[in-house]
Amino acid sequence: MIAQIIFLIIFLAASILFTIQVRKIIRNINLGKDINRSDHTTERWKVMAKVALGQTKMVRRPIAGIMHIFVYLGFIIINLEVLEIIIDGLFGTHRIFSFLGSFYNFLIGSFEILALLVLVGVIVFLARRLILGLKRFSGVEMKAWPKADALYILIIEVLLMSAFLTMNAADYKLQLAGYGHYILAGSFPISQFLTGLLPNSPEALEWIERACWWFHIVGILAFLNYLPISKHFHIILAFPNTWYSNLHKKGKFTNMETVTNEVKAMLDPSFTPPPADAIGRFGAKDVQDLNWVQLMNAYTCTECGRCTDVCPANQTGKLLSPRKIMMDTRDRLEEVGNHKAKNGKDDDDGKSLLDDYISREEIWACTTCNACTEACPVNIDPLSIIVDLRRYAVMEESNVAGSLNAMFSNVENNGAPWKYSPADRLNWATKD
Amino acid sequence: MAEMMAAGEKPEILFWVGCAGSYDERAQRITRAFAKILTHVGIKFAVLGTEESCTGDPAKRAGNEFLFQMQAMMNIQVLDGYQVKKIVTACPHCFNTLKNEYPQLGGNYEVIHHTQLIQDLITQGKLKAEGGDFKGKKITFHDPCYLGRGNGVYEAPRAALEILDADLVEMKRCKSNGLCCGAGGAQMFKEPEKGKKDINIERMEDVLASKAEIVAVGCPFCMTMMNDGVKNFNKENEIEVLDIAEISARVNGL
Repeated sequence: MIAQIIFLIIFLAASILFTIQVRKIIRNINLGKDINRSDHTTERWKVMAKVALGQTKMVRRPIAGIMHIFVYLGFIIINLEVLEIIIDGLFGTHRIFSFLGSFYNFLIGSFEILALLVLVGVIVFLARRLILGLKRFSGVEMKAWPKADALYILIIEVLLMSAFLTMNAADYKLQLAGYGHYILAGSFPISQFLTGLLPNSPEALEWIERACWWFHIVGILAFLNYLPISKHFHIILAFPNTWYSNLHKKGKFTNMETVTNEVKAMLDPSFTPPPADAIGRFGAKDVQDLNWVQLMNAYTCTECGRCTDVCPANQTGKLLSPRKIMMDTRDRLEEVGNHKAKNGKDDDDGKSLLDDYISREEIWACTTCNACTEACPVNIDPLSIIVDLRRYAVMEESNVAGSLNAMFSNVENNGAPWKYSPADRLNWATKD
Repeated sequence: MAEMMAAGEKPEILFWVGCAGSYDERAQRITRAFAKILTHVGIKFAVLGTEESCTGDPAKRAGNEFLFQMQAMMNIQVLDGYQVKKIVTACPHCFNTLKNEYPQLGGNYEVIHHTQLIQDLITQGKLKAEGGDFKGKKITFHDPCYLGRGNGVYEAPRAALEILDADLVEMKRCKSNGLCCGAGGAQMFKEPEKGKKDINIERMEDVLASKAEIVAVGCPFCMTMMNDGVKNFNKENEIEVLDIAEISARVNGL
């Protein structure tokens, strides 16, 4: 009974804490500007099914992709077991679903196989980070916290899976001994090989089984609350993030409607622009100037670095790293969110995403080639943020390299980015 | 275009030449090659000539949305004035901008890239495809970002090369994983940020690794970048950079 009460308290506390954290993230994402991404729902479901559920972009890199599928399937399917653990915990039962008989055996057996696959995947991931030292896991933005974060996640997963298998092994051994309430239930294709490592005394076995049971479930609840402060939050946001992703051709950049109205008014004096609501900035200086999908992108990023790994600017030693753009956006958004929570929503801390986090040198190194957006396994779009920062630098500040200013004035005056006369446009036809 | 309209004629298609194709000496050769192809197959086409103006692409990529939309609205007025329905262009940047970014501003045209038209002409049997001096040569295709990743066109340019009877090789980074030449996003018009090398040099290393004798391109800016890359490695005598239009024109003896 005491165990049940303790379980209930831990379970409720974990759920409440998680809700508070998630609401904070939703509040931050809502600081972004509105954008309509609820059109073409059928297509959006398809994109989500393919990219998030189906992991189609993950497997473009086969080793990481397959290992990730192990961990992903393990995570989703083994969580069915958590349902049983929670019911057992609340009602003091043991293996409540065992009445399912052979289907239950099948389930537990599959969980065990998946748990082993998760362990394999996670160990490969650890080796890639710690032993092989893949280039994309380092870089300027991969400071102490992002690196530690990745290792914590992997180590927690090793511990959780080990506890799960050890628990089953002890349970199985008690079942065979016909001890107490340990009825014959489940099949143990993996943990049966661990029984030899465990003591024979039923008391010790029961202690191990209980300890692992508690460690497993408390570990899961703690991990749940680690997600919102970690890059690992992608396991939740990957789904909405792909659902709300850009469905247009990647080459198509947004046309700014506010600009359209001004340009129309300039070209046609009789055009009355619709009343503009709260005059905003052109482009983005800070996170509130971005739209909420861009901000959700930042929380979805799990810092895998595939974007940076294919970025032509980064690969040739420039400062730009698309992953850093996303991490900076998230860090700045957290800072702004916390500041507003403390000092009121209209208070400004005097800092901004541009310059305090992302430098001019970074945004101007981009070739807008879309390699980053193509590579992202969850359809994050760092390019749109870079372009919005450029728009601010150009349209609000006129702060650009002289060569680009020259290009602008050539386009404006001669209709070409170079200083050639429009009268010479047909010269190609007269030469050979 | 103005002359055709004055004579009461209507072209089947408008050839949008673009700034590079109009002014850049190397790219002018692409323009001439493509114009020869159009004439050869008997497509009635027109160009805007002195009435053509920048699509606004470099301004837009550099963040100058005002200038882009000014250009777009003015171009749409000209295009609509001539009742243009279909546009072909040899520049993926013009292609992308006209096709994807003009409709919302009121400019609705059927826009194709010249490699798509060349592919069609080959399928229809109007362009000869085989061989000539390309027979057995190692050719690689460098995907332009705004044609490939930007618009999902990967096969049309390859289709024009596949039937050459040449040895078509892919670079290690190709198609959706292709590496940019370094010119996009208005980089063509500014100095690169500091780094350990230029992007076109990195790309040229892919070309060298593929051992290709001919680098086929489908973009006048890629052309410039790849040519500079070839020069940088002193490979002018071993590697030739050619646009798909130039290759097709040459095969057809144009």
